Amino acid sequence: MTTSTTSTAPSRWERLRDSFLWYSFKRDRTAQLCLAVFICLVIAAFSAPLLAPTDPYDLAQIDILASELPPFWIDGADEMYTLGTDAQGRDLLSIILYGTRVSLLIGFGAVALQALLGVTFGLMAGYLGGRVDAFLMRLADIQLSFSTLMVAIVVGAVVKATMGSAFYSQYAVLMLILIIGLAEWPQYARTVRASVLAEKNKEYVDAARVMGLRSRRIMFRHVLPNTLSPIFVISTVQIANAIISEAALSFLGLGMPETHPSLGSLIKAGFDYIQSGSWWITLIPGAVLVVLVLSINLLGDWLRDVMNPRLYKG
Amino acid sequence: MIAFLIKRLMHAILVMFVISVLAFAIQDNLGDPVQQMVGQSVPESEREAIRERLGLNDPFLVQYVRFAKNAVQGDFGYSYFYREPALEVIARHLPATLELVFAATLIIVLLSVPIGVYSAIKPRSPISRFFMGASIIGISIPVFLTAIVLIQIFSIGITVSLFPEGTAWGAWLNGLLSTEGNMPSFGRGYDLVHVVGHWDTNLVTWNGLQHLVLPAVSLASIMLPLFIRLIRAEMMEVLQSEYVKYARAKGISMRRVYFVHALKNTMLPVITVGGVQIGTMVAYTILTETVFQWPGMGLMFLDAINHADIPLIVTYLMIVGVIFVVTNTIVDLIYGFVNPTVKLTGKPA
Repeated sequence: MTTSTTSTAPSRWERLRDSFLWYSFKRDRTAQLCLAVFICLVIAAFSAPLLAPTDPYDLAQIDILASELPPFWIDGADEMYTLGTDAQGRDLLSIILYGTRVSLLIGFGAVALQALLGVTFGLMAGYLGGRVDAFLMRLADIQLSFSTLMVAIVVGAVVKATMGSAFYSQYAVLMLILIIGLAEWPQYARTVRASVLAEKNKEYVDAARVMGLRSRRIMFRHVLPNTLSPIFVISTVQIANAIISEAALSFLGLGMPETHPSLGSLIKAGFDYIQSGSWWITLIPGAVLVVLVLSINLLGDWLRDVMNPRLYKG
Repeated sequence: MIAFLIKRLMHAILVMFVISVLAFAIQDNLGDPVQQMVGQSVPESEREAIRERLGLNDPFLVQYVRFAKNAVQGDFGYSYFYREPALEVIARHLPATLELVFAATLIIVLLSVPIGVYSAIKPRSPISRFFMGASIIGISIPVFLTAIVLIQIFSIGITVSLFPEGTAWGAWLNGLLSTEGNMPSFGRGYDLVHVVGHWDTNLVTWNGLQHLVLPAVSLASIMLPLFIRLIRAEMMEVLQSEYVKYARAKGISMRRVYFVHALKNTMLPVITVGGVQIGTMVAYTILTETVFQWPGMGLMFLDAINHADIPLIVTYLMIVGVIFVVTNTIVDLIYGFVNPTVKLTGKPA
């Protein structure tokens, strides 16, 4: 898709400017605000090494004596640590920036994997039909009849038990992307299949077939572009879901280790100290997580209203 | 109907077969049971003899058949950690989880139906807008975070000093926003009433109910927004339909149209989604029980993972598999019964 943009770039920009999508975006304050918040968070998270006052992965910069300091608006705060420190004396602001980066990385990675698997299988099921369809959809049905979170927890637990905690923590990012990616592909597959079924009897597909194109080319170059709008809509929701799933796994101790925390493992680590009154260690990362997920969800809601695709219900 | 029933049962058996193979493969690949049984000094020849006697050298298929045969008879092996039959351990933890799910379901049903129906009837009213906004915020808060916030507010307590303490209104507002925090935040409490077998209930004593409230509310919080939105969407669709217009034109009271005519058809899809979601709640109980140290199956499962208690993990997977398969099958059957337009011989559309 992006390879041929150089010559057609201006017209694309014009098309975007004239589109209903842009028109409704200009009028929707919530969508603008959410996109702004989301972009700010993404930029802040990925430029964490530049923005963060300290490097939380560097043990030399951690001062255990400065642990559990409150954020700036509470008495007893240290000017050095704007949002206070966690139980290990790490600067909370820095560790949250780095943690958001980890969460986003896993969220995007897992959704990319889901989309790859789901779109491929969905296209195959919808376009080829017959046995392939029956097999893939039965598989998706079985997997969806368990909650995706349950699948992720079980797979995570088993992988961790098989490979040992040390190995698991070392490759935690990769593991989480794989686990969450594998747990949620049926969502994509079903959505794509539903729109492929609607597309495949249209004349342009017949035309392509009569021209003698191979199935693979018809599927990916002709049918797929016409199923993109539902894919966009569920992608936003799926990113939010993946971030929540990652947080849940980390909270259960099946995700990112505390030395390399995501937002979920920060919440887990802070939860142990909530009874002693240090609520900020757990609730500030929690608030960041909620703002992140909420902005994505609201954007998804807006996209769904605008694009109004035939989403798979139920 | 019979054909549909048989088809569903076949499907259920197939799923259980897949789960059992997976569970057995896990058991087969995790750790060496002989190493867990004997000490360091036992020679290799002796170990080999034990392996032979226990049948661990048999082919995978033979071992699987043995495992399946025992499992069907309710024998899932011994938990390493509790040193008693794994099924027994699960049975002891099951009632706590079921009570939690029951209480959460009760909250969901009692709140989602009226709110969903109201916001469908009056989509533009400020109250509906508030609930719609609140529900998307609710979806965005992970269940464990809701639980932590509830603990902070109701069991630790918060002291607000945002407003000037000197003035009367400031002190009043501060007092209004602060909470005492006297709700229990972990465990099931001391005041359980024994019912039957392993079932001690939280539902009949004041102390028991107090312990149940926070976990149940957090568990409900994840599903409630979903159901409110679902009921609202379905109800709005139904209200557009011809038969509702006709009923209205006949002069039937609006209350009757809404709650008798429209609500019936609204609940159809809610039943399917609802049944599946009750199964999904099992997954969320793991999170809720971890936060509140609620001694149910979810907490037990997490402990089993940390102890590498493989027989217990496998048993839990099988039992949860059964719960999922049974709820899904029942939901499909109920749907077939209440919705005569479903082709019972095929898959319900």
